[in-house]
Amino acid sequence: MTDNNSQEPRPGAIRRLFKWFRTPIGAVSLGFALVVSFVVGVVFWGGFHWAMEMTNTEKFCVSCHEMKDNVYAEYQGTVHQNNSSGVRATCPDCHVPKEWGPKVIRKIQASKELYGHFITGVIDTPEKFEDHRLYLASRVWTAMKETDSRECRNCHKFDYMDFTQQENRAAENHQKALDTGKTCIDCHQGIAHKLPEGYLDAYKKVSDDH
Amino acid sequence: MKKQALISAIAASAMIAVASFAIAQSASDVQTLRGADVDEPIGVEDVFHQDKQRFTRNYRQQPPLIPHTIEQYQIDLKANRCLSCHDWTTAGERNAPTLSMTHYMDRDGNQLDRVAGTRWFCNQCHVPQADAPALVDNTFKSSGN
Repeated sequence: MTDNNSQEPRPGAIRRLFKWFRTPIGAVSLGFALVVSFVVGVVFWGGFHWAMEMTNTEKFCVSCHEMKDNVYAEYQGTVHQNNSSGVRATCPDCHVPKEWGPKVIRKIQASKELYGHFITGVIDTPEKFEDHRLYLASRVWTAMKETDSRECRNCHKFDYMDFTQQENRAAENHQKALDTGKTCIDCHQGIAHKLPEGYLDAYKKVSDDH
Repeated sequence: MKKQALISAIAASAMIAVASFAIAQSASDVQTLRGADVDEPIGVEDVFHQDKQRFTRNYRQQPPLIPHTIEQYQIDLKANRCLSCHDWTTAGERNAPTLSMTHYMDRDGNQLDRVAGTRWFCNQCHVPQADAPALVDNTFKSSGN
């Protein structure tokens, strides 16, 4: 759009805004501009993180009934929710990566979950959820398999695991897992949520694909 | 003269002490606290949070007891956690005892590949072992003894 016509007195709103945006500051000092940008930067970066952390709480997760009535209800009483020491793993501890990069990627992927919640309502009844359970579980297993159960290992690290304090059956199998390069999810499926019908075959399929 | 005699006495006793120490050293091997040579691996003592081995059956038809915890194992209409190790398809790789083949037979006597529905709920018959006092007196006499 070449616009050399000087007869037009006022360009469009976007053009005016862009022109204003590009105009150098005349009235304030460089120091003032720097200080203001720094303060604004701190506020925005802090705000961004505050907002991201707000979406990283159990309270936020169960604010949707899909989570509250299905997965959160099942998680009650499991070892990650109720145990002797009172240390608890909440939803994001297992389902959101701790490192910044993977965390942001996961948060962007979560926008599809918002689409499912607000537009398609793909799992908005217990029956629909049950129909999708195997698919949903397989997706989580796939993610765990791809990252070598990264979220489990935020707490459960082989390096600090004393096999001699474990029950023999567990110690033997953990040693075997370590030697053969298995990952947590290979054995520990359905520890916080209910397993769907045919889960073992579905898991084998996930395992074979990787 | 007296001083010389004293010095030689001390020197002699010191030499005897050293010699006897050396003899003692060569005569008996040094005992290690570890109880094994350095290049010899020693196993860790077994830790059993449950009973050490499977119990002998008290009567022929007794369902074997479970020698491990089954807390939070999901056994319902959808899934059976026990079968992830004890089913014939997985028992070999998990080094677990396989279900008796009677558990793959339906009520009409047909052999199935999957565990029969009548045998699905393991803990109807099989229970974990527990070292607990008996709740009621028992005069049962095992036919095996």
